[in-house]
Amino acid sequence: MTATAPSARLPRADASAVPRPRQRARSSFSLGRALLWVVVGLVLLFLVFPVFVVVPVSFSSAKYLQFPPPGWSLQWYENYFIRPGWVDATFLSIRVALVTTVLATILGTAASLALVRGRFPGRNAINSFMVSPLVVPTIIVAIGVYFFYARVRLVGHPLGLSLAHTALALPFVITNVSATLHGFDERLEYAAMNLGANRWQTFRRVTLPIIRPGVFAGALFAFITSFDELIVALFVSGSGAVTLPRKMWDGLRQEIDPTIAAVSTVLIAFSIVILLSAELLRQRSERTRTATWAAEEEEGLGARE
Amino acid sequence: MTATANREMRGDPDGLGALGARVVFDRIEKRYGAVVAVNDVSLDIAPGEFVTLLGPSGSGKTTTLMMLAGFEIPTAGEIYVDDDPIAAVPPYRRNIGMVFQNYALFPHMTVGENIAFPLQMRRMSRAEIASKTGEVLELVGLPGYEGRYPRQLSGGQQQRVAVARALVFNPRVLLMDEPLGALDKQLRERLQLEIKALHEQLGVTIIYVTHDQEEALIMSDRIAVMNEGLIEQFGQPTDLYDEPATRFVADFIGESNFIDGTLTQHDGATACVDVSGLGELHAPARPGYAAGTVVALTVRPEKIVAAENGSAPGMNAVAGVVEDVVFVGEMRRYVVRMPGGQRLVLKAQNRIGVQNFERGDPIRVCWNVADGRIV
Amino acid sequence: MATLTTEMAAAPREAQSARFAALRRREQWRYLFLLAPALVFLTAFYGYPVASMLMRAFYDPSWGGQNFAPLVEASSTVEVLGLSLPMNVYLRVFWITLQIALVTTVCTLLLGYPVAYALSSISPGRANLLMMLVLIPFWTSILVRSYAWMVLLGQEGIINEALTAAGAIENPIRLLNTRFAVYLGMVHILLPFMILPLYAVMRGIDRNLMRAAGNLGAPPAAVFRRIFLPLSLPGIAAGCLLVFILSLGFYITPQLLGGQRDVMVSMLIQQQVDLLKWGFGSALALVLLVLALVIYLVFTRLLGVERVFGSARA
Repeated sequence: MTATAPSARLPRADASAVPRPRQRARSSFSLGRALLWVVVGLVLLFLVFPVFVVVPVSFSSAKYLQFPPPGWSLQWYENYFIRPGWVDATFLSIRVALVTTVLATILGTAASLALVRGRFPGRNAINSFMVSPLVVPTIIVAIGVYFFYARVRLVGHPLGLSLAHTALALPFVITNVSATLHGFDERLEYAAMNLGANRWQTFRRVTLPIIRPGVFAGALFAFITSFDELIVALFVSGSGAVTLPRKMWDGLRQEIDPTIAAVSTVLIAFSIVILLSAELLRQRSERTRTATWAAEEEEGLGARE
Repeated sequence: MTATANREMRGDPDGLGALGARVVFDRIEKRYGAVVAVNDVSLDIAPGEFVTLLGPSGSGKTTTLMMLAGFEIPTAGEIYVDDDPIAAVPPYRRNIGMVFQNYALFPHMTVGENIAFPLQMRRMSRAEIASKTGEVLELVGLPGYEGRYPRQLSGGQQQRVAVARALVFNPRVLLMDEPLGALDKQLRERLQLEIKALHEQLGVTIIYVTHDQEEALIMSDRIAVMNEGLIEQFGQPTDLYDEPATRFVADFIGESNFIDGTLTQHDGATACVDVSGLGELHAPARPGYAAGTVVALTVRPEKIVAAENGSAPGMNAVAGVVEDVVFVGEMRRYVVRMPGGQRLVLKAQNRIGVQNFERGDPIRVCWNVADGRIV
Repeated sequence: MATLTTEMAAAPREAQSARFAALRRREQWRYLFLLAPALVFLTAFYGYPVASMLMRAFYDPSWGGQNFAPLVEASSTVEVLGLSLPMNVYLRVFWITLQIALVTTVCTLLLGYPVAYALSSISPGRANLLMMLVLIPFWTSILVRSYAWMVLLGQEGIINEALTAAGAIENPIRLLNTRFAVYLGMVHILLPFMILPLYAVMRGIDRNLMRAAGNLGAPPAAVFRRIFLPLSLPGIAAGCLLVFILSLGFYITPQLLGGQRDVMVSMLIQQQVDLLKWGFGSALALVLLVLALVIYLVFTRLLGVERVFGSARA
């Protein structure tokens, strides 16, 4: 058989049989992409610009809001650190948020383990109930908790704030930890038990180290949820537990005081720190996750062994 | 934990070389709601034996293994390891080694830490752990790999670490769940031999799960073929191949021809099968079959030869037409259409003296009556 | 074998099965034990308070025992599709709330989709870098972001100053305390909630499908419309649901950026509580909650959106 034989037997490609796809000029395609990236750039600018607008305002020397600032000064930071209430409110917020974080992380991690692994009746209903604080308008939770606290005398108590914030933060811990658990290869736990580790040892030595990024992410969410929370604080902080958001709210409602710009700048710096640590965590979790399935992906490597 | 239980858990303290344990499944059943995953499985596995649970996915072989490892509790029945009932013992007190599918190496621990893990759980001293870890890595051919992370190893190396981790605490039973499934063919074949050598060296009882029939035939002392939760046949590889108990076994292990027909005469040593359009074929009689039953006569393709003429006594002979020929290298594979429409596959060695046929050629094939089997 | 057979005889099969069943149940109890603390906690500090507050709508007599009456009493009527429906000041607040939520959802989708699309089309490393720009506002307090918009939109805010300086306007225009300001603020705050689920879904789309479509002769526009868009629908559904539901409960932003007429239900509820009309406030809360739940259920049932709230933050 000669090399030309197959092509001879094949019918000639008939240009009229099937219309060829319309050819678009390549330039219009890349023009479209350029346009897309212009839009993306504008949207990203819209997202980021307002956040950083408060930074120059916080260094303004003007006595009230004025733009561009007539001169530079640290007076608003001085206000923040010296004027009564601001620093106290900041520390209170941190304390409340830390208690919330610890409570929500422990309760939420345990609950996630049960919700992801358990096969008991009502599991879906319980899961929906536990993440529902995300969907229920906060004002409703705030008023409900306010009436309840009025009865049990928790209004104006930092602990009351932490408890209410824990309820709001639990869904974040549960969703984050559950997501990590869903990606977790259960055979690793089987392996640990097979090798002689009891349930607690298995959790401590195998499960927790591997789901740690999810737990940390949940804890970060919990902290921020509490630290930034305003609506519940408006109702239950009373006069005894004025948090930073509450203090800022009061300031905003009275007059637009550039001290708030200084506080905001500090908070933005704080969020960026949190964001960066979350990003580092994510990268680390990705590294451990790839390890588990490396075997499946490196078949070629195995052959060259 | 009592002193004896503690010793029990450590297995044989004299080092690698523990003798295998006997494992008995006594009428084990596992249901998930209405679904029966494992149905009345009974197996008696001798100490030091290499037994494979072979079956397609969903046949219940992994569930059976999981019940032995303790990750599933049976709905009925009992499992014994050396006369001790263990079906209700938590997995971490069973002292049974296991190599998992995809190995389940702890990604956050080094190779050394992975292997030390079971020893730490057994509260061994640091010095003891270090020496045992080195020893077992030597055994699997990875000395000095303690400091690496699993992700830095190739698939084959990970597999060996998994074996080392499962053996380091000297279990008397070793379970392997598709341990070579993620590897390419060449490496798989090499590791099959390595595992087999390890088995002979250590004398540990191995229960191996795979869906690869060739792997099962190569490695096992005995094979339990599972299908839909039932054990279809439990026996030595040669028995399974030559005397399959059921059509499923004949089909799943190796390649088989099935000629459907009706049993017309079934007494003495030979059975007659009436095949429509073809006439009568003969096969060795099997107890438990009565005349009139619809059966299949099964025969392996390599037992069939093309014969020029005549039919010798003790042979089945059929005339047909070659419908398809595939050249496979060392042999030719023919599909022959027989009168009545059924097809027969046969394999002819590719060597001088063997006649070659083309598509459409008439052909006459025959096989020894003793090579057929009624299923 | 002798020991085995005696053992087998000694343990009747039924009794043994019952023992195994008990063991399996104990396994499940272990999970309930893990779940119980969170469940009890949430019931005490969330479920019970919210439920008992909502119950006030039925027994609190502050409005003559008829807490829902003001909602259905018509002070005027409104024509919708040829039907004349009752309208009053409270229903109007619900109407405004739905309107704001809808506009916010549509705007976030229109702005978020191109961003998610572009980010999902580049390497994950670079996309993560750009994603920082989405996440910085996401992690910044709503209060701070609302304040930033006050700084931008105020009478002497940056936009007015800039426009005056450029000679486009002579006197500052009213930007703050308008519906427009509410939209700006809410879209800004909720945009990350749209981008994140969209991006997650788009990342999961196999790029080879697009290449296959192109290979089969589809021009880029058709590839997008026939392949990418349908595959990204779960992300659209998840993002829209998330943004819409969160919008319904907004309080801080409309309060700070909106005008007199831009009252949302949350603000109305808070006013009623301030006025000690607890029963009516509870009735409003109940209606708002039912509205949110109905929308949630309709969405999840119709579109099968699960795990919508994986990366949510209110």
